[in-house]
Amino acid sequence: MPIKSYLAHPHKDKKEELISAISQLKQCEVVPAENRDILVVVTETNSKEEEDDLRLKLETISSLKLLAMVSGFDTPQKN
Amino acid sequence: MFTSTTNRRDFIKKMAKLSAITAAVSMFPGILFAEEQERGLPKDANLDWKKAPCRFCGVGCGVLVGVEKGKAVAVKGDPKSTVNKGLCCVKGYHSVMAMYGNDRLTKPLVKKNGTYVETTMDEALDLIASKMKETINDHGKDAVSIYGSGQWTIPDGYVASKLFKGCIGTNNVEANARLCMASAVTGFLTSFGLDEPMGCYEDIDHADVFVLWGNNMAEMHPVLFSRLLDQRLKRGVKIIDFATRTTRTSMAADKSILFLPQTDLAVANAICYEIIKNNWVNKSFVEKHCNFSKGLTNMGYGLEDKYKFTDKPEKISFEAYKTFLEDYTPEKVEKISGVSAKDIKYMAAYYGDPNKKVMSLWCMGPNQHSRGTWMNNLIYNIHLLTGKISTPGNSPFSLTGQPSACGTVREVGTLTHKLPHGVVMNKKHREFAAKIWDVPVENIDPKPTYHTVEMFRALDRGDIRFMWIQVTNPMVTMPKLKRYRDAAKKEGRFIVVSDIYPTPTTDIADVILPSAMWIEREGMYGNSERRTQYFEQMVEPPGEAISDTWQLVEVAKRLGYEKQFYYNKETHIEEIYAEYRKHHEGKKHNMAPLKVLKENSGMQWPYVDGKPTKWRFNSKYDPACSNGETFHFYGKPDGKAIIWQRPYEPAAEEPDAEYPYWLNTGRVVEHWHTGSMTRRIPVLHKAMPHGYVELNPDDAKRLQIQTGDRVKLTTRRGEIILPASVNQRGVPAPMQVFVPFFDENMLINDITLDSFCPISKEPDYKKCAVNIEKA
Repeated sequence: MPIKSYLAHPHKDKKEELISAISQLKQCEVVPAENRDILVVVTETNSKEEEDDLRLKLETISSLKLLAMVSGFDTPQKN
Repeated sequence: MFTSTTNRRDFIKKMAKLSAITAAVSMFPGILFAEEQERGLPKDANLDWKKAPCRFCGVGCGVLVGVEKGKAVAVKGDPKSTVNKGLCCVKGYHSVMAMYGNDRLTKPLVKKNGTYVETTMDEALDLIASKMKETINDHGKDAVSIYGSGQWTIPDGYVASKLFKGCIGTNNVEANARLCMASAVTGFLTSFGLDEPMGCYEDIDHADVFVLWGNNMAEMHPVLFSRLLDQRLKRGVKIIDFATRTTRTSMAADKSILFLPQTDLAVANAICYEIIKNNWVNKSFVEKHCNFSKGLTNMGYGLEDKYKFTDKPEKISFEAYKTFLEDYTPEKVEKISGVSAKDIKYMAAYYGDPNKKVMSLWCMGPNQHSRGTWMNNLIYNIHLLTGKISTPGNSPFSLTGQPSACGTVREVGTLTHKLPHGVVMNKKHREFAAKIWDVPVENIDPKPTYHTVEMFRALDRGDIRFMWIQVTNPMVTMPKLKRYRDAAKKEGRFIVVSDIYPTPTTDIADVILPSAMWIEREGMYGNSERRTQYFEQMVEPPGEAISDTWQLVEVAKRLGYEKQFYYNKETHIEEIYAEYRKHHEGKKHNMAPLKVLKENSGMQWPYVDGKPTKWRFNSKYDPACSNGETFHFYGKPDGKAIIWQRPYEPAAEEPDAEYPYWLNTGRVVEHWHTGSMTRRIPVLHKAMPHGYVELNPDDAKRLQIQTGDRVKLTTRRGEIILPASVNQRGVPAPMQVFVPFFDENMLINDITLDSFCPISKEPDYKKCAVNIEKA
């Protein structure tokens, strides 16, 4: 069950649009910086396949300029 | 790992989020994530944000504490702090919660007929003073002792030293930093003549290569490690993890190199061999600024009571040193260390490249080592041979684990041989201290007494009868613990413990004093980069709790030292700090005035002409340099640093047929040291609720052990049963196991060995022989 965090850079003047687009993806949590055009995005998916699909969806968002992964964890489904 | 999946996943999500915020803060100074930082705060909160250094590790992050209605309710990183630039680690973000555990000690307790009875603070302090007088009368001044820590504030340690060394006249003053930083101290003193790093955290912004010597920075110093990762994103720097175990740091590093325990000594020498062989020596630097020396070898391991060792340094030539290194060719060392000759040459090439700036970072790996002083010397050798020292980005940097291990234990000098300025053995240093302390110089005993392990052995033997333990938990942390726990319980011993929560150490106390914690009182800490940071009292301590400083002042007055402990209750921290600064006056160690500390996120010493000194021993930055050269190692009489000839020697106890595995102990990111604070923070406790033993997957498979199975660990000291962890957080090398020590219900130190470095007297918690079997 992958959990990953990213720094997302929007295109110029597209920060709000990017926040809105990513927020609509249920596996994503968005934490926008208050004073810079940077968003922290944390993704939580159930499988590698779902993670790959999500990544594709993120990368096709038109207001997204760059998505840089910072950390990745893979946790077991059960203890 | 053993908590519910939901809790674990929530925690990991939080870690992932914090990692990204960390990276962002490092890349974009001043960036704010206010929504995240203020999440969970009371709605419509009218918070008063006040600055302080973090309570936990030695990095010394600046935090802003949100106070509402007399309670600390929130923490965020201080964007103005140059240490962490607005960032906190998971412990820092939750630090205020450590003050509000349900079982906070709020009243003094006195043991009567086997049970603890509440009493008033005045009565408890009266009892302590009378017991001290009685013990001194019956057994002499060296029968009373105090054992503190690197969590003591500067004023705590200062008054402890003044009372015991200056007034009572015993050098029975020690602190738990002996267990974690003593080898760093003796390493600095033997190589440079002065303690503490020459560089600063700003080196991270300049270095091209980082070599981490047995240092799991990703878990132990996560904020600094995030600064390394950020530099990799920005500048493509290289991170080399040189360790005995695969950790999160190894996984994040560009290269992970594993060595067999204790053989870092040989590898460091092999790196020096390569530097000389390939003509990478900075000849003009070495000729102008270095001497070569050797000391005694086969020193033993301090396993016997009253063990003594004094090194006998002897100057040698460069040629003699070069000949010594012939035993440490990469090919020969490969056979000892398990590190390939290719990897040794890989590391040496970075150190030897004149166009690469290299920062070496280490903490407990080289320090908690039966040849800890030597290991510190050897890392300095590499930097001295190449002249990569005391310039931005070229920096051998010894990290610390406690908020004031440097500020209080090393600078105030709360170790048996130390004074705030200098050592007890030096007549001038004694005279200097006595004058400031307003005591007869004869009061200060010129002979050190007991280092920490020997102090507890003395308690066992009955040479020490009274011990006051403040802000530390030795009944979890002492190696070969059972001996010392039994010692403390013997008849005729009187133990006072000042703490904030019940611990295994309060369990052995005759008197328990409730202490004010961190921002419940005023004080200062000193971090790893020589930065002294002030914090004000922000909230009231619970019940009758008072600061450790004031506990000591009150007892000192009861012992008749009113003249020396003249401080006013309202202004005593300011008065104590002003007095303490006198010990360090001068260009080599001047401390910033309190006003400056209050106005800034701390200040580095030496503070000269209104400016901090970022790089010592470099005349461009350090006003104390006076030899007319670029560098001046003024801690040594001739101004030269020493390159030491130090051989590889085996550990005190190595695996054999009966105990075929290495046992290594350490920490985890969620818990700080013995967990007495972090285990009372629900999110951290749930994330890591108890101890475990990490096994190598091949060993586990052979022994048919899976994660969660009960595993019996047996050493010559005893046995313990722990749940197994296989392929989880860390992965030990084959025939090695790792156990964290935070869990007071699974006391791994009951079975560790109390061997220590003969020079620093710091125990080796990283190596002893153990057998493992499925329980």
